[in-house]
Amino acid sequence: MKLSSTDLADLATGAAFLGTGGGGDPYIGRQMAQACLDEGLTIEVIDPKTLADDDFVIPTAMMGAPTVLVEKIPSGQEAITALQRLEHHLGRRAAATMPIEIGGINSTIPLVVGARLGIPIVDADGMGRALPELQMETFAVHGIPGCPMAIANEWGDTALIETRDNRMMEWLARGVTIRMGGAAYIAEYSMTGADVRRTAIPNTLTLAIRIGQVLRQAREQHRPPFEALLAFLPETIYSYGRIIFSGKVADISRATRNGFSIGQARIESTADATDTLTIEIQNEFLIARRKGKVAAIVPDLICVMDSETAQPITTEALRYGQRVTVVAVSVPAIMSSPEALETFGPGAFGIPESYVPVRNIAE
Amino acid sequence: MRIGIDVGGTNTDAVLLDGNIVLASYKAPTTADVGSGVIRAIADVLEAAKATPQAINAVMIGTTHFTNAVIERQRLLEVGAIRIGLPATKGIPPMTDWPKDLADTLGRHTFMVRGGHEFDGREIAPLDEAAILEAARQIRKLGLKSVSITSVFSPVTDVMERRAAEIVRNELPGVAITLSHEIGRVGFLERENAAILNASLAELSRHVRDSFTDALARMGIAAPFFISQNDGTLMTPDHMARYPVHTFASGPTNSMRGAAHLAGIGNAMVVDIGGTTSDVGMLMQGFPRESSVAVDIGGVRTNFRMPDVLAVGLGGGSIVRDDGNRIGPDSVGYRITEEALIFGGDTLTTTDIVVAAGLEDIGDRSRVAHLPASTVRNAIRRIHTIVEETVDRMKTSADPLPVILVGGGSILVSEDLAPASNVIRPESAGVANAIGAAIAQVGGEIDRIYSLEGRAREAVLEEAKAEAAANAVAAGALAGSVSITDIEEVPLAYLPGNATRIRIKAVGDLNLSGLPGASEENRA
Repeated sequence: MKLSSTDLADLATGAAFLGTGGGGDPYIGRQMAQACLDEGLTIEVIDPKTLADDDFVIPTAMMGAPTVLVEKIPSGQEAITALQRLEHHLGRRAAATMPIEIGGINSTIPLVVGARLGIPIVDADGMGRALPELQMETFAVHGIPGCPMAIANEWGDTALIETRDNRMMEWLARGVTIRMGGAAYIAEYSMTGADVRRTAIPNTLTLAIRIGQVLRQAREQHRPPFEALLAFLPETIYSYGRIIFSGKVADISRATRNGFSIGQARIESTADATDTLTIEIQNEFLIARRKGKVAAIVPDLICVMDSETAQPITTEALRYGQRVTVVAVSVPAIMSSPEALETFGPGAFGIPESYVPVRNIAE
Repeated sequence: MRIGIDVGGTNTDAVLLDGNIVLASYKAPTTADVGSGVIRAIADVLEAAKATPQAINAVMIGTTHFTNAVIERQRLLEVGAIRIGLPATKGIPPMTDWPKDLADTLGRHTFMVRGGHEFDGREIAPLDEAAILEAARQIRKLGLKSVSITSVFSPVTDVMERRAAEIVRNELPGVAITLSHEIGRVGFLERENAAILNASLAELSRHVRDSFTDALARMGIAAPFFISQNDGTLMTPDHMARYPVHTFASGPTNSMRGAAHLAGIGNAMVVDIGGTTSDVGMLMQGFPRESSVAVDIGGVRTNFRMPDVLAVGLGGGSIVRDDGNRIGPDSVGYRITEEALIFGGDTLTTTDIVVAAGLEDIGDRSRVAHLPASTVRNAIRRIHTIVEETVDRMKTSADPLPVILVGGGSILVSEDLAPASNVIRPESAGVANAIGAAIAQVGGEIDRIYSLEGRAREAVLEEAKAEAAANAVAAGALAGSVSITDIEEVPLAYLPGNATRIRIKAVGDLNLSGLPGASEENRA
């Protein structure tokens, strides 16, 4: 599938939805991908099923602060440099690249890499949403090491990271990112086509585009966007979603702790002010509680959207008084296995409650 | 005495103020040549108050001239757009996401050179001075009259933009130069866009300055004049000539500020109900709260300091349907005097409803006597619900606060509003915008990323506040009168050292003795 300008616009919306409040605004990545199309380059997305077992895939991404990214626009070459550094180290050429994170800006970085190198982008990722750290990947859960990993800046400076585990990789890479100005570009979790099929969440890139498309078409045809979205989800591997709350943002608090943006949002029902939903934020929306009971919990998606436009709202953009509708979406089995939950379930964020899929929580 | 003038797209309004008292007001259609409209407005208010030109201490003007020029793609210069940031930033060249016609109008003359800074002030690369010189030479060959210069993280450190300007000015004396750090905040593409737009207005802005200067001279007014900017503070005419983009949202801002002045309070919600829409915005310490999201001007994404105004489809001409349960968003607009029931038409409007309810006596009451009581009741309830929801949406906390109603459509609101502690309906609300211009103050701002590690947060804040206050004084505020009006801290995720973005705004009274504005030119 060759992506068009419209697909890029839809992807930006869908990736913001799957970002569950985090992952950075896809605007910059969308513009870079658009610049590729304007130059006549092709953005070719392929289904993981079409990969040969021994095709070599190197995922690419940006890591660091979205707030730096909006000022220090990439050269567009950084992620390519990282990928090529890894190719050189491993002595193997990549047949394709792939997102590691479908939520937010990282849905778009591999599109630029693929377009400029003339290689396809695999329609899959390792998070199925946005998550804050590099070890939080289904690839890792299923035994693919993140290392060797290459990290690059706009000058072509690179660092090659080889560590005993993925947590250490995250720790070192975070430090290098800071030295590189707070935003850097990476190639990691290189794997074969067979490994992609075994460890990646399939078809999330096209899923993000479809979500954006469903919302856009509903708006264009003046149909209720939330109904359209909820009717669409069962056709996907996410299979289930529902509105868990509607109301107005009554309070929002934020702080920075251990490099995370920590906060809490309280949403008040418009019908009954004593009925509130409280959402804990750690870069992304992690857990929603209503009357002290869990209404949705990570890794299920908690998406806060504008009640009128159905536009996804990031944690930074959340403000008092906004009318919002909160949609919770269940994740596919590959993201909710005991091993997956150990890596990016509630416990990984210090949340005491255990994971219960939103479909099993009484309305 | 002061004169406040608001030159809008449709009307030119003027007021003559003595202290806080409105001595005279004026409203007439805007003229094609701005100067004559301003002269008429001044002559009219002076005449009405029997005042002499010598009695005027200052004239404040708000204008939508530059917004309209961008929207209409008229009278804009071609621009040499210099970007400092390579090897970073190459992925999205200047003007990538612009509407094609506007980019064509400005000529797409872009130059990208090495340089720029990291968030903490380190250099990405030393400034490539030879490349700047080469760009200046090409700009000369192209015969361009205006240049914009944008460097990565220039809001953190502006040295490269300044040095580049020096090189360009040496090579091209007399060329107009816009430096991005002087007009925008962090957010590279939006700031660059703003700088390019500003550069494209360089000739028009000097022309507007000169016509205002000329108009006042012809009226025999020797007092200095000022232009009101987006955030409700003033700038000198020379400042406007250099930064015309700062006027882009002055219209709604002046209207809100005027409402605050008329009501005599600083913290309130202003509901400006017109014929088709209601604009709702929040006043904090007498100033509109600013929008935190990117604002489109003529299709270009920018990050101007704009008031956060929410417009909803409720006005005096809004069409009423479904037994009064549905109102607007469409309106009969200026055709209300033909289409509303009370004026002999056959469209049920909100104005018909308030007449039917006996709340107002406009037009022919008998033409609405047949309306069912339930329709009238439903419609009045619906009107209030729309206003209440919009007000509530714009509030920053759950506490009730005063609501100030202005605009011709404010007759629609007759009952208490749930989110309001009280509802204020000031007199002279029709010229609130000209009053807003007349009472404008002078402001200064800082917006920067600080590392709070190893430093007391209070000390960092104090340093930032002092710098904002100094910026206000530099802009013409009376030193003793400056106060801090807004502090915003945004912790930056992922960055170490407790990096925090701090925005502070300081505002003071106009230093009338520090006039005239020649000092502005000395700064340039």
